[in-house]
Amino acid sequence: MSRRLLAGAILAALLPTGAAWARQSAPADSALEARVREVAAGLRCPVCQGLSILDSPTELAQEMRAVVREQLAEGRTPAEVKEYFVSKYGEWILLEPTPEGLNLVVYLLPWLTVAAGAAVIAIGVRRWTRTGGEPDPTPPEAV
Amino acid sequence: MNWRGTLIALAVVLPLILLFRVGMHRDPRAIPSPLPGRPAPDFALRRMDADTAAGTLPTDTSLVRLEELRGRVVVLNFWASWCLACRDEHAALSAVAEAYRDRGVVFYGVLYNDTPESARRWIEEMGGQSYETLLDPGARTAIDYGLYGVPETFLIDRSGRVAAKQIGPVTEARLSARLDSLLAAAPAEATP
Repeated sequence: MSRRLLAGAILAALLPTGAAWARQSAPADSALEARVREVAAGLRCPVCQGLSILDSPTELAQEMRAVVREQLAEGRTPAEVKEYFVSKYGEWILLEPTPEGLNLVVYLLPWLTVAAGAAVIAIGVRRWTRTGGEPDPTPPEAV
Repeated sequence: MNWRGTLIALAVVLPLILLFRVGMHRDPRAIPSPLPGRPAPDFALRRMDADTAAGTLPTDTSLVRLEELRGRVVVLNFWASWCLACRDEHAALSAVAEAYRDRGVVFYGVLYNDTPESARRWIEEMGGQSYETLLDPGARTAIDYGLYGVPETFLIDRSGRVAAKQIGPVTEARLSARLDSLLAAAPAEATP
């Protein structure tokens, strides 16, 4: 019983600090910040290996986030901000390539592979059931 | 030999071999810049050693504007005192800047993520710099030029277009050759 009281006391002591901390870390314009994060998460940090400018602590990434924030605050759309960075760094700056032209391979190939795998399984199962549960007499390479 | 199995294996393996062949010969760190051939991003940057006495606001002459340099070939070198490769190219840049000064070529250094104090100390240590350095607070101009590291050098032709971008240290021979070909281009080449 006393233990529960103690836990309650600790919780009560922590709650106001937690709330204060949350309030402090919440930016004044949280809607803008959310949009900054969304755009920044899609832009590659030029001085890192496979990190977005949202995740990178480098100076350049911070400065690029500031540019994103400025342009969004000026009223540009997220697509326009991305377009700005593409015009400076090329498509390379986008962590997700645009689904156009040869880039479509990246988007379609996984689905095609899954479909091909499903077809192989379906054919295998049908053969297997046709032979009445007996193992397929043909060697597996011939599937 | 099972010809169908072989065919399927080949159909899977051959594209992979081709893909690796292409990938092995590419530098994954080389970022293709879309800038060469396009108008150079405009800038108005403070001179690092502008004559700004204490208490006075920066005057108009303390700013360098790209649009005011039209008609001249501009060499823009992004550098920092913490950058090791910048030491390698410093002598070459200073020498070429001096050699082409009277031929309509203007050199500017742009300080990248560095303080003027360390930059001045560095220049002193390197025995001087034959051209001016501009300040780029917040790296706005650097980002405008699609910079991803220092040193990077941009050559801007007389009409204000980015003619070339050099990633990493420049050499005297290569920079001179590029400037010669830019200067040889018809000066009255008016472009919209």
